[in-house]
Amino acid sequence: MSRIGDALRDLHSLDAIAARPGVLASLDPRAKILATLAFIVAVVSFDRYAILALLPFALFPVALAALGDVPLRLVARKLLIASPFALMIGIFNPLLDRATLVDLFGVGVSGGWVSFASILLRFMLTVAAALVLTATTGFYRVCAGLTQLGVPRIFTTQLLFLHRYADVLAGEVARMGAAHELRACGRQRPSLSVYGSLLGHLLLRALERAQRIHLAMVARGFAGELRVLRPQCWRHADALFLSGCIACFVLARHIDLPRALGRWLIGVAA
Amino acid sequence: MHMADALISPTVGVTLWAASTATLAWCSRRIRQGDEERLIPLMGVLGAFVFAVQMINFTIPATGSSGHIGGGLLLSILLGPHAACVVIASILTVQALFFADGGLLALGANIFNLGVFPCFAGYLLVYRPLLGADRLASSQRRITIVATLAAVVGSQLGAFAVVLETMFSGISNLPISTFLLLMQPIHLAIGLVEGLATAIVILFVRRARPDLFMANAASPIPISSRKPLLLALGIATVLTAGVFSWFASTQPDGLEWSIAHAAGSATLPAPESGFHTAQAQHKITGMTDDKPPTGRSNEAAWPAVDSSRSLASLIGAAITLGLVISIGYLLRRRRSSS
Amino acid sequence: MSHHLVEARSLMYAYPDGNQALNGVSFRIEHGESVAIIGGNGAGKSTLLLHLNGLLKPAAGSVRVGDLPLVSETLPQIRRTIGMLFQDPDDQLFMANVYDDVAFGPANMGLPPDEIDVRVRASLDIVGAGHLAMRPPYQLSGGEKRAVAIAGVLAMSPSILVMDEPSSGLDPAARRRLINLLRGFSHTKIIATHDLDLVLDLCSRVLVMHEGRIEADGRAEEIFADAELLARCQLELPLSRQPRTAPPL
Repeated sequence: MSRIGDALRDLHSLDAIAARPGVLASLDPRAKILATLAFIVAVVSFDRYAILALLPFALFPVALAALGDVPLRLVARKLLIASPFALMIGIFNPLLDRATLVDLFGVGVSGGWVSFASILLRFMLTVAAALVLTATTGFYRVCAGLTQLGVPRIFTTQLLFLHRYADVLAGEVARMGAAHELRACGRQRPSLSVYGSLLGHLLLRALERAQRIHLAMVARGFAGELRVLRPQCWRHADALFLSGCIACFVLARHIDLPRALGRWLIGVAA
Repeated sequence: MHMADALISPTVGVTLWAASTATLAWCSRRIRQGDEERLIPLMGVLGAFVFAVQMINFTIPATGSSGHIGGGLLLSILLGPHAACVVIASILTVQALFFADGGLLALGANIFNLGVFPCFAGYLLVYRPLLGADRLASSQRRITIVATLAAVVGSQLGAFAVVLETMFSGISNLPISTFLLLMQPIHLAIGLVEGLATAIVILFVRRARPDLFMANAASPIPISSRKPLLLALGIATVLTAGVFSWFASTQPDGLEWSIAHAAGSATLPAPESGFHTAQAQHKITGMTDDKPPTGRSNEAAWPAVDSSRSLASLIGAAITLGLVISIGYLLRRRRSSS
Repeated sequence: MSHHLVEARSLMYAYPDGNQALNGVSFRIEHGESVAIIGGNGAGKSTLLLHLNGLLKPAAGSVRVGDLPLVSETLPQIRRTIGMLFQDPDDQLFMANVYDDVAFGPANMGLPPDEIDVRVRASLDIVGAGHLAMRPPYQLSGGEKRAVAIAGVLAMSPSILVMDEPSSGLDPAARRRLINLLRGFSHTKIIATHDLDLVLDLCSRVLVMHEGRIEADGRAEEIFADAELLARCQLELPLSRQPRTAPPL
């Protein structure tokens, strides 16, 4: 059940990183959420053959990760783990699109490979942006930001409860899984009927726990509405951050910066 | 399967975000006032439960491969489809934020594919009607069959949606026929297993603690509210079919083109047609892009690119990367020293 | 309310699966008393506690808290008077961080944010958890969770503390800290527990439950002197009172 252990560690490590003080920590979570969304929209709005023009966008997650002290290894590991779906679909591009698109110093590169590389690049940029958002803001403040952005309270409450009880439930799952493994004599995965039974027990315990939590909430006066999440004030720094980011994204989206830079340098050299 | 941002276009992403947001807002309103008190802890704990058990795999009989439960049908049976949809959305959000399982822009699509379809199409339109009013007392066999059917419907619709979304985004070259051939059979197996597993779990809980089960089982949804749902689903189907066929008809070579591609380029002549293909592809992606990509404005230069152009690109790329890495490094150094 | 007594009269309760958990329970606890409820598993201790603040409704019988009968109209007021500590602190610490959790009760009471802040900080200081304010629950040890749960209850300024197995799962040092803390409280205390040594340290009066009834109600010393009673109710002497019978291994 190491998968569960790893997942829990990831859940907690990103929050722990976000808890560190820093210049990013003081930014309003709304600014960071909106900037990340704008970033993703800008990145995916490129056509399928874009590679060069995407490169400057890497500065956003790299800079934020640096300012927020987010370890590169963490991001890299998650990129690897999350890649299968994009890779699996993306790999068809080189197989299907074999016509040469680019002539690189005499070597013909097919459109398929170009678009595959583009997919990989998009993948790394968008995934890194999402992870850096969580690691520099923390889940609690992301939920607070979402509430202030207008997300229904029952949804953000649900997010917080899910996050709160994820490791309690995962702990029960892991223990039961370990107990199964110890008596499974080498069979790693349970059969369907054993699985159903394991899940059934776990579900029962979950239902009973939910009842107890309900009682504990009611005992302290709960009547259906959760009053939490101290609202954050929007400051000039937040507006500056957000508008600055969007301006950069728009610029980089419309001007192929690497190519312009290269041409200018060649022109200067010549 | 979770959609990734790498394969989605802004139009598709934003459209599905709008659809998911509207659905979630409607679900949030429908979670009955007065029942919130009981539902809030229940939804939270069951969400954590599904999140945790998604990490256990079981052996799919007769295939040797493994699978895990999605949870949409199980949650709908225990909470009702509206609360279940909210719970699934919360699980997907956590997965996107912490585990990069599905992108943030694609989150809207994933909520729709993995939440709305199993909860509303699978549960509300298949499971409930087929089991009838006394669903809690139905026989073992009946529940198993109906649950399997409901799960299959939910997963097939979800998989089909993924195919459509990827296709409409235009980032992947995968033609719809191949993609469908990949996705639908896999998700048929996934749906079958999900239905079986759900049935086993539900029957277990019902046998062990009938009181808990009764207390939590979703209460009847009045028939009047099913009609708007059917209407919405019907409109969605018509729209999808209409848009798809329009798309196919405005690009007369659209399907043939993609099939020709799938057949491999043996029949395709020299780079010239590569140029045409690039043009056609650009036209298609042009639907989702408002600006042509830079550096490609003088198409006449394709594919015989002059080497100075390549050199400029390479130099620019190298410098850009170098700048990004250095800035990142300097920022880190500054952080650790301050 | 200055005179907080807790009175139960002929409480009867059966669970949906048919288990008759309470079979006519009656007692009267005066203001400021420290009462332990002991008995074997399944005797009905936890069930009884849940009746005291109306979380369970008896099939027959009644509960009185202070001069209020326990009915649905008086529930909010009674739930402010009685602070309940549950057996598993994870069931009780359901908010994202310690501060929010302790603030949960006062927030539900409708207090303004400044007042809430004062109460939260004061409660955390009493239990010695002031430094844990922004921690998420999963980072807390068992003892810390228990302390925070107590703070959450104290923040509502109850007069009566009802606790279900407060020392379970605690290491010896945390257990000692808990006992010292509880000793300092002047509230009426009703503690259901298996920890008979804690009973000796904290409680002057003991109710023994067996099969949904109160088998005995008296001073701790009298109860623990009755060996036959203890055996009948699946109990023993507190460990500190037991002579060493077997030689050390």
